[in-house]
Amino acid sequence: MSDEHRLRTEGYSLFYGSFRALNDITVDIPANAITSIIGPSGCGKSTFLRSFNRMNELIPGVRITGRVLLDGEDIFLEDVVALRKKVGMVFQRPNPFPKTIFDNVAYGPRIHGARDRGGLAALVERSLRDAALWDEVKDDLQKSALALSGGQQQRLCIARALAVEPEVILMDEPASALDPIATLRIEELLQALKQKYTIVIVTHNMQQAARVSDFTAFMMTDEQRAGNLVEFGPTKQIFTTPRDRRTEDYISGRFG
Amino acid sequence: MSIRKAGMTRKHLSDLVMKSIFRISAFASVAIVVLIGLFILREALPAFREIGVWKLLTGTEWRPGQNLFGLLSMIAGSGLVTLGAIVLGLPLALGCGIFMAEIAPAWIRGIVKPSIELLAGIPSVIFGLFGMVVLVPLVRGIDYPGNAGFGLLSASIVLAVMILPTIASVSEVAIRSVPDEYRQGALALGSTRWETIRKVILPAARSGILSAVVLGLGRAVGETIAMIMVIGNSVMMPTAAGGDPLGIFLSRARTLTGNIAVEMNYATGLHSQALFATGVILFLLIMVINSTARALMARSMGSSR
Repeated sequence: MSDEHRLRTEGYSLFYGSFRALNDITVDIPANAITSIIGPSGCGKSTFLRSFNRMNELIPGVRITGRVLLDGEDIFLEDVVALRKKVGMVFQRPNPFPKTIFDNVAYGPRIHGARDRGGLAALVERSLRDAALWDEVKDDLQKSALALSGGQQQRLCIARALAVEPEVILMDEPASALDPIATLRIEELLQALKQKYTIVIVTHNMQQAARVSDFTAFMMTDEQRAGNLVEFGPTKQIFTTPRDRRTEDYISGRFG
Repeated sequence: MSIRKAGMTRKHLSDLVMKSIFRISAFASVAIVVLIGLFILREALPAFREIGVWKLLTGTEWRPGQNLFGLLSMIAGSGLVTLGAIVLGLPLALGCGIFMAEIAPAWIRGIVKPSIELLAGIPSVIFGLFGMVVLVPLVRGIDYPGNAGFGLLSASIVLAVMILPTIASVSEVAIRSVPDEYRQGALALGSTRWETIRKVILPAARSGILSAVVLGLGRAVGETIAMIMVIGNSVMMPTAAGGDPLGIFLSRARTLTGNIAVEMNYATGLHSQALFATGVILFLLIMVINSTARALMARSMGSSR
């Protein structure tokens, strides 16, 4: 399965007005694997991640060139709602809605037309189980999501994304606001989820990238401060025998 | 005492003076409210004693010449016109608030927002004039028994426009204070913009919007001159002459505020005291409405992190 490519960019660049934030990125992201994007702050990691579900479009003045493909289809030619149904996202800070736990998970299915109550309840349970949260909240589904701990809130956000039954899950530093134990739980969860999903995760934590991901993309800014993809490969190779000098310098902590 | 210490004392003295000046201004405004309240209450007390609170509140006849002082028809008038204004004005005002907070690009907002603020600054007598000259003749065109144009419908429309700026601005602020993370989360799940607004943003801004409505209510209940100019001012229980319930809005009516303003000039004795009693009732009503709004706003501040 894992040599199949689900996401692909071809000569992809992104501009904020006239400023080039991402420069000519071409990469293949394998299916049913975890790909981490690492690099120093401001290198465009998050912007690149947000390209896959077109969240950058919310910022006025954004312009792109090149292509981003999901299963061979150009995502910019697709309906954005249909795209985001296939490509879910988990944010840096847990952002459950101020609703009950149940309503948070049921939100996505409901807007996409789920009516049947029994089916919805089953889907909510399955999503919470897959996000390793079910046992902790099964008796409190009508409690406000804001009453949960930070780690639980983040797993709830993962469950909320899973309930839409996406193919790809994007994660923007999903553990950076969490304590070490909650972080560990999220990392364990990722290993279980990659059986079913293609996962792309941005992290500033290199140990985390080395621990959890199968593939790693290293990004860095050039002299014009535009984000470039320096190197992409299996995580083991990137961390042991990087081909590019800059990757080696970053991995060994010489800058960044 | 050392020189240094004397210098410090002088500094403290200026602090002390300023502090008491500010304190006096703060206390003065509180004192004014309390004094006005007490004054109205003192003037109204004989009316409450002689007529009785219950009779004032539930009596349907207001005939000062025969010593009949029942305020129920005016309470109904104020209540109905306020209800009408909210029903007509809320969708428009909320739409305005949503548009300014969520939809409008900066340059359009730059036109809409000052216009709405300008609307808030127009003196209410101008709204009354507009109602009298434009709305009343239009409403008169509706074929209905006893319809003269002056009445609850015209008054509700005028009032709806008058409370629009309050509700629109306060609900805009409430919607703006919804954290952007909710918006992003909803969009990332594949919500359309409208689904995001309806299912995530408006529920999150609910208590703020509710307090906007309550503030609008307060403004509506207190409005006087514009109401006098369009509502007809007849002392009568609003009724639907044609029998159908909505027809009640084509009835003439009088508001509590209008009652005081129209009659105070020539009122003496118990009549005058009964008008002060009307004022006490209004005062209490506004106090209840404002503290509700305050409580709701405190809650909306607490819930948005």
